Amino acid sequence: MGDPVTFIAKWFEGVLIGWGLEKGPTAVIMNLVGVIVIVAFVMIIDIFLVWVERKVVARFQDRLGPNRLGPFGLIQPIADVIKLLIKENIYPQGIDRFIYNLAPLLGLAPVLLLWAVIPLSPTTVGTDINVAVLYLVACGAFVSLGIIMGGWASNNKYALLGAFREVAQMISYEIPMVISLLIPVLMARSMQLNQIILSQNIWYIVAAPLAAVIFLISLIAELGRAPFDIAEGESEIVAGFHIEYTGMKFGMFYAGELLHALTFGGIFASLFLGGWRGIGAMTYPIVGIFWFFIKAYFMYWVIMWVKYSLPRIRIDQMLNFNWKLLTPLSLALLMVTAILDKLMTNVPALVYNGVLLAANIVIAWITVMILRKRSKKETPRVAEPRPIARPDAIVSTSASTPATTSQS
Amino acid sequence: MTPLQIIFIINAVITLFAAIKVVTSRNLVHAALWLILVFFGIAVFFVMLDAGFLAVAQVVIYIGAIAILMIFTIMLTRRVAKDSGAQLNSNWWGGGILALIMFAGITWILTHWQRFQTTAPTIPATTDSVRQLGVGLVSPNGFLLPFEVASVLLVAALIGAIMVAREQKK
Repeated sequence: MGDPVTFIAKWFEGVLIGWGLEKGPTAVIMNLVGVIVIVAFVMIIDIFLVWVERKVVARFQDRLGPNRLGPFGLIQPIADVIKLLIKENIYPQGIDRFIYNLAPLLGLAPVLLLWAVIPLSPTTVGTDINVAVLYLVACGAFVSLGIIMGGWASNNKYALLGAFREVAQMISYEIPMVISLLIPVLMARSMQLNQIILSQNIWYIVAAPLAAVIFLISLIAELGRAPFDIAEGESEIVAGFHIEYTGMKFGMFYAGELLHALTFGGIFASLFLGGWRGIGAMTYPIVGIFWFFIKAYFMYWVIMWVKYSLPRIRIDQMLNFNWKLLTPLSLALLMVTAILDKLMTNVPALVYNGVLLAANIVIAWITVMILRKRSKKETPRVAEPRPIARPDAIVSTSASTPATTSQS
Repeated sequence: MTPLQIIFIINAVITLFAAIKVVTSRNLVHAALWLILVFFGIAVFFVMLDAGFLAVAQVVIYIGAIAILMIFTIMLTRRVAKDSGAQLNSNWWGGGILALIMFAGITWILTHWQRFQTTAPTIPATTDSVRQLGVGLVSPNGFLLPFEVASVLLVAALIGAIMVAREQKK
């Protein structure tokens, strides 16, 4: 009885076959019900994520957060949802109506798609496809597509700027993300998430801490959360891509963002923290769900911790950080890990993890040394006076070259 | 009809409709979005052929990278490329006849091809297609040479892009 999910599924299948259904239609109905159950479950979590987010940010900012409705303000998110639903739907002038309405869907739906491959327990997994890790990357592309569509269709300069920033960020940070994803794949010899979890007798964060950090940074960038929230920088472009959205359409973007953060927490937990593994998870799979969510929420908390502690970085800093640090570092890491992994085919797990951990520490030390050397060169350069858009500077350049035509 | 055939027909209709919309929509951004639907339909065909890796690679590369780059470049152009001229010129009938002949020819060749009637072999559940693909790409008996040549080509393109974008030293 340690596995109620499989038990209920078996029972339901039995009922359907008992009604005289064939094997084929039964499988179709079972899959449909599975999809509905997972989506409903995740969406209910999503409603309460609003509460979690508001409570946690309140603690970070030394406030109390929602505390009026119900115990600990638990009914607050439901009130929020009702408020969003009854708000007026405003269509700004000159929008592309179809794309404008489609974009919020693409903000939320791909996040739900991600839950199809995340194993909640040894037996509770949507589909255990053999390209799960690549599937995660593929779904990420759709989220960004939603943001671009929303930004473009709004017919608003701020929204379009937000969309541009999002594209620059997404294309850049996908590279270190995919490379750091390859390291657990390489160590587990599989792209199946359940297989990766099963081979983590020692969590991969021990053998690949640098890969975990790179993955964490690039997933925060993919989420577009602070310090990488330049796509919606409130103080610069007001709210970026969702500036023209009201009511539940904005709510979809917001819910998608929150759920995406928790989902990435779950993915991080599956790849580096052993997923559902924990005391008793092997014998009682239901315990695995508990461990999975503990780890996923912990990583969600880490993402929130980063978000509410760090200021936003500039777009040039964001690109420099990715292309000049994360990408070369992750490439070096992948090569070192692959070579060491091949050399240590028949060694005890303790030696294997120890050597890889040592290699990671050495790489981190070399990186810090290089960065220190560079900072000595960069500090005087940044301190130099910069060309600013003073009137005299503009006049002196426009005298030699004709002024560029201003865009209407 | 098996469920797979029903899915195939639905998917084929959607993909073809989207493909027609790609060439007929006047707004370039709309065309790019329809193109994404076409790519997605093709990914679904790969899934139906048990080629999970190809399907996911199709989504990652074509939708995640190429289509988004296309949208990005379209957005950077002025007046978002709204074309108001005629969509057909006086040679439309010639193009139409050529397309029909091509379609008839390809159909004729395919129906007379022996392998056209063979049913797809069932892949045993124990095969790890991703592993086989990986081994095939790096084994000397497989596709090692084309794989390496393609890699060299990509590296050359990368270096070329960096050289083009580099700041000119005075």
